[in-house]
Amino acid sequence: MGKKNTAVIGVGQTKYASARGDVSMAGLVREAALRALEMADCTWSDIDAVVLGKAPDFFEGVMMPEIWLADAIGCVGKPVMRVHTAGSVGGSTALVAASLVQGGIHERVLTIGFEKQSESNAMWALSLPSPFTTSINAGAGGYFSPIIRRYMAATEAPELIGCMVALKDRQHALMNPYAHVRDPELTFDKVVESPMLWDPIRFSETCPSSDGACAMVLASESVGDAHAGPVAWVHGSAMRSESGNFGGRNVVSPQASEDCAADVFAQAGITNPRAEIDVAEIYVPFSWYEPMWLESLGFAEPGAGWRMVEEGATTHGRGDLPVNCSGGVLSSNPIGASGMIRFAEVALQVMGQAGDRQVDGAKRGFGHAYGGAAQYYAMWIVGTDKP
Amino acid sequence: MGEFQHDPLVPPSAIKPVTMPAAVANVEQVKSVRTPIAIDYEVTPGEGLSRYLRGLKEKKILADVCPDTGQVVFPPRGVAPMAGKRPTRMVEVGHSGYIDSFNVTRIPIKTRPDLDPPYVSAWVVPDGANVGSIALVAGIEPEKVRVGMRVRAVWKPDDELEESATNILHWEPTGEPDVEIADLRRVGREGSTL
Amino acid sequence: MRDVAIVASAQRQERAIPSESEVEFMVPLMQQVKDATGLTQKDIGFTCSGSSDFIAGQAFSFVMTIDGVGPVPAISESHVEMDGAWALYEAWVKLQIGEIDTALIYGYSKSSGGSLRDVLATQMDPYYVAPLWPDAFAIEALAARQMVENRRVSMDQLAEIASRSRRHGADNPHAVRTRQKSAADIMAEAPVASPLRPSDLPASADGGCVVLLAAEDTARSLSDRPAWIRGIDHRTDSHTLGVRDLTRSMSAELAAQKAGVANDKVDFAELHAPFTTSEFVLADALGLGEDTVINPSGGALAAHTMMASGLIRLAEAAARITAGDGDRAVAHAASGPVLQQNLVCVMEGE
Repeated sequence: MGKKNTAVIGVGQTKYASARGDVSMAGLVREAALRALEMADCTWSDIDAVVLGKAPDFFEGVMMPEIWLADAIGCVGKPVMRVHTAGSVGGSTALVAASLVQGGIHERVLTIGFEKQSESNAMWALSLPSPFTTSINAGAGGYFSPIIRRYMAATEAPELIGCMVALKDRQHALMNPYAHVRDPELTFDKVVESPMLWDPIRFSETCPSSDGACAMVLASESVGDAHAGPVAWVHGSAMRSESGNFGGRNVVSPQASEDCAADVFAQAGITNPRAEIDVAEIYVPFSWYEPMWLESLGFAEPGAGWRMVEEGATTHGRGDLPVNCSGGVLSSNPIGASGMIRFAEVALQVMGQAGDRQVDGAKRGFGHAYGGAAQYYAMWIVGTDKP
Repeated sequence: MGEFQHDPLVPPSAIKPVTMPAAVANVEQVKSVRTPIAIDYEVTPGEGLSRYLRGLKEKKILADVCPDTGQVVFPPRGVAPMAGKRPTRMVEVGHSGYIDSFNVTRIPIKTRPDLDPPYVSAWVVPDGANVGSIALVAGIEPEKVRVGMRVRAVWKPDDELEESATNILHWEPTGEPDVEIADLRRVGREGSTL
Repeated sequence: MRDVAIVASAQRQERAIPSESEVEFMVPLMQQVKDATGLTQKDIGFTCSGSSDFIAGQAFSFVMTIDGVGPVPAISESHVEMDGAWALYEAWVKLQIGEIDTALIYGYSKSSGGSLRDVLATQMDPYYVAPLWPDAFAIEALAARQMVENRRVSMDQLAEIASRSRRHGADNPHAVRTRQKSAADIMAEAPVASPLRPSDLPASADGGCVVLLAAEDTARSLSDRPAWIRGIDHRTDSHTLGVRDLTRSMSAELAAQKAGVANDKVDFAELHAPFTTSEFVLADALGLGEDTVINPSGGALAAHTMMASGLIRLAEAAARITAGDGDRAVAHAASGPVLQQNLVCVMEGE
C-alpha cells in the first residue's frame, strides 16, 4: 500500500500583475492551464479530473467558481473539485490532486490555483463587518507583526534581517519573467527607508496583491515514465491544521508546521533538510517569515534562522539553500495560486526548467504553503529521480 | 535553460485570436463590465458570544471554560478548541491583563476612520484567561509599549453601556511592573488558571 | 480498491437555528459520532469538511468551525467549498492510498440568515448571467418549463413526488416540512416560479451532518454492519444553460455508470433532489425502476441544508443499510444550477 508514485509532467503560470485587465477569470485560468498542458504534451481530453483551488469566493464575487468555470477548464463529463484552505489553498489543492494519482484513481489530473483580486475587492471581502467584534486590524500584516515581534525578541535577531529577505526576494524576481513586482532600482537602503506599515513590517517587506493563476499536470508512474519531457517526482506530501486559539500555543513555530515538515521529510527519507534539499520555495508573505520558517521547518536550529539569511545561505548563486528564487510571495501574490506557485516552482527547478532562476544541479526541492492564523500547512518534496 | 520557457506576455499558442464578424469589426470592444453585488445577511452571534455581549452590558467580561483542560477561553465562542467540546460553564475574567504582543499600525484603515495612525493593537490577555484577544491600546506613545506590559480596560460611561464589544474603548497601561514571559515563542498561559 | 464504509453519522436540520453559531451546533454532532465509535480526534486519520462563505456571509468562514473537532494537537485536515459529499469523496480517496484507516467528514450551513435563492444567483456566469440576478428558483423553473412542455413529466407526477416526500418525511425526525399534503392539494398550489409551486421547492433548513468513514477491518470493528462503498464517482455538465438538455442529466448518467449503479438491484436511493423536477431527472438518469424506494428520508423536499444535503443523503442511505432496511442502495449529491454536477455512490451491506 502507500502512495503510488506521482509525477509532475507539466507546469504553467500566468504573468502576475496587480490587474490582468486583458483576460477574464476564465481566460486567466486557461492561460496557466494551457501552458501546463503544452508542457505535459496533453490535450484537454487527456485529463481525467480537475482540482481547482482559490481563496474566498468574495474576492471575485463568484460563488463556487468551479461551477461556472467547468467549461473553461475542460471539465464537462469529468470530475471537478474546489479546495479552500485559506492561504495554504494553492498547496493543499496540489495535494488533493496528487492524492487522486497516489490513490490510483486517475492517470492525469490537472490542478489550478488562481485569484483575480482586481475583479472584486479583497479588502472589502476581508473586512465584511461583523457586528459582534470590533475591527482594528488592517489585514494580515496587523495579525502577523505581533508574532514577528515575538520572534525578534526570542532570537535577538538584528533589526534589519527582514529587509535583507525582502531585498533578496525582490532581486530574485528580476530573474523571473512571471513575477509581479520587479524593481531593478531597489536597494537595501530603499527597503529600509520604505514606509513602516505594521511595525516592524515595512511596505517593501510586504506581499503585493496580484492577479494570477498557476497550473500543473500530475500523472501516474506509467505516464511519467513514458513522458518524453522533463519530470518531477513527488517524494513526500503532507497537510496539517491546528487551532489558532489556545493558551500556550507556539505562534512562532506552530506545532502543525513542525509536524507537517517532520512528516514530509520522513516520507522523503530526509534526515538533514539543509544538506539534502537543494532549493526551497517557502511561503513568505512578510519578510521575517523566512527566518521563522527556516527554523520551524528544520532547515535551521531554533534561533539560527536569521543567521542563514545574514550569511546569504538562502540567496540564489551564493548560498547552499536558495529560497524563493522565483521572488516568492513577496513578489507575486495571487492568494489562491500562491501556494501552488511554491509547489510548481520547485517542480520546475528539479525538472531543470526554471530559466534564469534555475539552481544548478537541483535534484530535490521543497515546496511550502501556509494560511489562516498560521494554522493551515501544506508541503511537498519533489525530486528529479523517482523516490 | 529549459526548452519550455514561455514569454509570459505572449498568450499560449493554443489561444487563437477571435475574428469579429464584419458587422462589428470596427465597434469598440467592451473590456469590462461593472456589476454591483449587494446581499443582506442577518447574522446571529451564537450562544457563547451572546452571553459575552450581555455580560459586557453588565460591565462583566465573560469567558468559556474548557471541560477537559480547564483552560479559560477568551473571547468565548461556545467551543473549547483543545477538547473539541462545548464549554459547560463560563467565568468572569479580570478587567486588567497584560500585553502578549502588539502591532503598531502606521497606515489608516477604512473600517476605523476614527483611528489616527500610529495606533497600537495588542493581544491582551485578561487576568484569569488563558488566551488573549486583539484590542486597541491607548494612553501611551506607541514607541513605549512593551510585551508584558500591564493594562486595564477603559470602559464607556455606565449609562452608555450596550451589548457590544465597543463598551471597552481601549486598554491603557496600569503602571504595574511588566509580566515576565517565560517562553517568547508561546502566547497566553498554559494549564488552567482556575 | 480498498473497502471503505460509512460506520457512523449524525445530523441536525431545523427550519432555522438562530441562537447557535455553526461551530456550536456542529460540536455535539461530532461528539455523537466519536462517542458512537469510541474514537477520539487523535484516533482519526483525516478530517475533511464542506461549507460555503457566500452562505455564511463571511470570508474564511470555515476557520470558525475547525475548532469544533479539537484540532490540538495538529491534525491532518482539509476543506472544500462544496457540499460535504465532496469532502467525503476526498476522504475516500485518501483512504484508498492506504496510510490511514479512518476519516471524519462534515458539512453544514446556516442559510436562514440570507435569501438563499438570491445568493445562489452568484454561482452563475459573472459576466453574462449573474448580473441579471436569476435566482435559483427561476433557473429551475426554466428547466421545469421545458420538462413539462416537452411532455417528459406532468405537473401531476411532480405533485406525486412532492406528496410522497412529505409522507416519507413524517417518519424522519429531521424533516422540516412535515405537513401532509395530497397530490391534489399540491396541484391547487399557486406557482412561486412558474410552473414550480411551493411544494416543488426545497425545504430549506439550517444544520449539518457528520460522517465517519473507515476502511476494511477497522470498519468491521466499529460497526456490526458497515455500509460499504462499492462505487463512487462524480461528474459535471456544462454550466451554460442553453448548451445542455436541462430535461436530463448527462453527468448524473455518467457518474451512475462509473459507480456501477446498474450492476445489481437497488433497494432504495437517497437522491439529493432539491426540486421535484430534479428527482424526476435523477431517477431517469440513474435508471431506477419501480422496485427502488426513492428518498425514504423524504430527501431535500423534506429537509434541505445547503452544503450538507448531499452528505446527508449518503448518511441516510448508510444508516438504512446498517439497520438492515436493505442490502444495496444508491446515494447521490448535486451541486450547481439544475443538477450541473453530480456525485453517485453505491453502498452495500455485507
